[in-house]
Amino acid sequence: MTITRRALVGSLSALALSGATVTVRGGLAATQEATPAGGGEPIKVAFIYVSPVGDLGWTWAHDQGRIALQEAMPNVETVFQESVPENPADAERVIRQFAEDGARIIFTTSFGYMDPTINVAESYPETVFVHISGFKTAANVGTGFGKIEEPRYVSGLIAGEMTESNQIGYVAAFPIPEVIRGINGFTLGVRETNPEATVRVVWTSTWFDPQKERQAAEALLDGGADVIAQHQDTPGPQQAAAARGAFGVGYNADMGTIAPDAVLTSPIWHWEVFYIDTVQKVLDGTWEPTQYWGGWQDGLVDLAPIGPMVPEDVRAMAEAEIDRFKSGEATIYTVFTGPINDQSGQERVPTGTAMTDEELLGMNWFVEGVEGEIPS
Amino acid sequence: MEQVFTVGFLVAVLAAAIAAGSAILFACLGELLAERSGVLNLGVEGMMLIGALAGVAATLGTGNPWLGAGAAILAGAGMASIHALLAVGLKANQVVSGLALTLFGGGLSAFLGQRYVGLPLPASFGREPVPLLADLPLFGPILFRQDPLVYLSYALVPALWFFVYKTRAGLRLRALGERPEAADAMGIDVDRLRASYVVVGGALAGLGGAAISLGTNPGWTEGMTAGRGWIAVALVIFAGWNPARAALGAWLFGGVEAGQFRLQGAGVDISPFFLGMLPYLFTIVVLVLATRPGARHRLGAPAALGLPYQREERG
Repeated sequence: MTITRRALVGSLSALALSGATVTVRGGLAATQEATPAGGGEPIKVAFIYVSPVGDLGWTWAHDQGRIALQEAMPNVETVFQESVPENPADAERVIRQFAEDGARIIFTTSFGYMDPTINVAESYPETVFVHISGFKTAANVGTGFGKIEEPRYVSGLIAGEMTESNQIGYVAAFPIPEVIRGINGFTLGVRETNPEATVRVVWTSTWFDPQKERQAAEALLDGGADVIAQHQDTPGPQQAAAARGAFGVGYNADMGTIAPDAVLTSPIWHWEVFYIDTVQKVLDGTWEPTQYWGGWQDGLVDLAPIGPMVPEDVRAMAEAEIDRFKSGEATIYTVFTGPINDQSGQERVPTGTAMTDEELLGMNWFVEGVEGEIPS
Repeated sequence: MEQVFTVGFLVAVLAAAIAAGSAILFACLGELLAERSGVLNLGVEGMMLIGALAGVAATLGTGNPWLGAGAAILAGAGMASIHALLAVGLKANQVVSGLALTLFGGGLSAFLGQRYVGLPLPASFGREPVPLLADLPLFGPILFRQDPLVYLSYALVPALWFFVYKTRAGLRLRALGERPEAADAMGIDVDRLRASYVVVGGALAGLGGAAISLGTNPGWTEGMTAGRGWIAVALVIFAGWNPARAALGAWLFGGVEAGQFRLQGAGVDISPFFLGMLPYLFTIVVLVLATRPGARHRLGAPAALGLPYQREERG
């Protein structure tokens, strides 16, 4: 097709229109007016999401948290905007709009919103901003994240018991510390119950692409894996496992609903724990711009129900472990206590020493038992 | 490293290539028909999403994935009729109308799909080996252990090739895209026939969506086509508007996608960022080669593609 000037102008205006369409759609679908009950000033809480709320993944989990917040606190009115790109121009525009519209608290729920959040927060000192998964704070900006490696470790214990080929596949999105830490936590669990098993990692370079994630899982299954774990936002890898009669470990949501024969369990989030707590603190005037990193004991992370294919003794073992984490007897620091060797067999964490927050949050090496490279 | 390029590896990659390529292939064949008639439709992504959702909704309602596929076809056709009305009937800018369709399809499927997120389907298209043929050496595992929609695509490709190049109706179709004024002079109702091909193209895009939501990834997740509609549009150019080459292109794309994960899984030391880029790099290179000055004619781009037909402009 020859690109005429008319066509070009046409496509540009259509693109401009696309921005507007998305905003309107978010606006239409988003506002859920609460009936103010039991007194108290109505308070507006805004959420900014990176993907669609219907992804059954990361954003879905956050939106479940928003809905639970809405239900728990009737004088809260929540608004959200989904599929907001992580580039500064788009992210700042959306965050600023919510601040202008009178949101008292704004949650920005993806790593890429970190700098845009800090930038906008400067202009709105009266508004509380909370950024999920980042590390920058300001007078009115706090952060929040969770120790999902705790349930990932327990899911690894189960996977180690369930594999027969001793090969476990792990479909992973991007080689950032969050994902690497998850792979390591899972693998430490696998090797605890099955020192012979290895975890093979394949990178997809996408958070959200059902067909591609399924392809990656099939490649691992063809390579001999019989359990598929994932750090991805769609159930594609679990569906691949189900189609081959293999097992899997989901993520974000209970993926057992969509692949019931395959999914052993899924590490999941309960973001409402953090959201309700934060809103309550803001209402009470006790909110501080802290760096919150909640664990199983706080109820922020959890495991979805363990599937019926897991034998009774394995289930009992897992449930005992779950109790230890819930009571706080075990934590992420227990999981990451030495001796821990890296892939080359060299000791990285000495016996009896626990890794520090700083070491965990910047983790850029694989533990022994992981097969695959961390691309630089 | 030496275990990588075995026969078994290649068979697995090719089988995965065909499975992953079928959704793109249906959409690509549909777009090919519309473009052959002279109408560019950039709404493929939107039509695929609506098709994927309609397939899920109908399968949940009836328990029968074939009825789901039928609903996907109807939904895709319905979406395309909007484009037919705007771009053919009202002579609107085809680029703008198509983009609007993609945005509309994305938004509408998200809105209507909310209640279907995470629901398991009572039935879907699983692998069904063809008796006898599935046991052929090499060809069996590659071609004949696929899902039924893939078999449908095997039939569709030669049928459409024959239709476009060997039938009178195919000749008329090509005339619409090459010289609509000549077709008009022959007594063909240009706009009506073009609109029909746009609608048929949408039906195939809808089926392509269902190949994902009822085939490879049963169930609804918002935005689940993840850009495959755009790949389909690009592959039409690679295909030179020829259905047989469209199949080649779709399977090549699927093969590059499937192959890169297997190379990673086999421990081949190539950056996953580079491998992940390959399918798109491949598409861009094809587009660059295909749109070089002089290549346009050789590739057989319909001369009137993208141009609304108006009688007054004849001559």
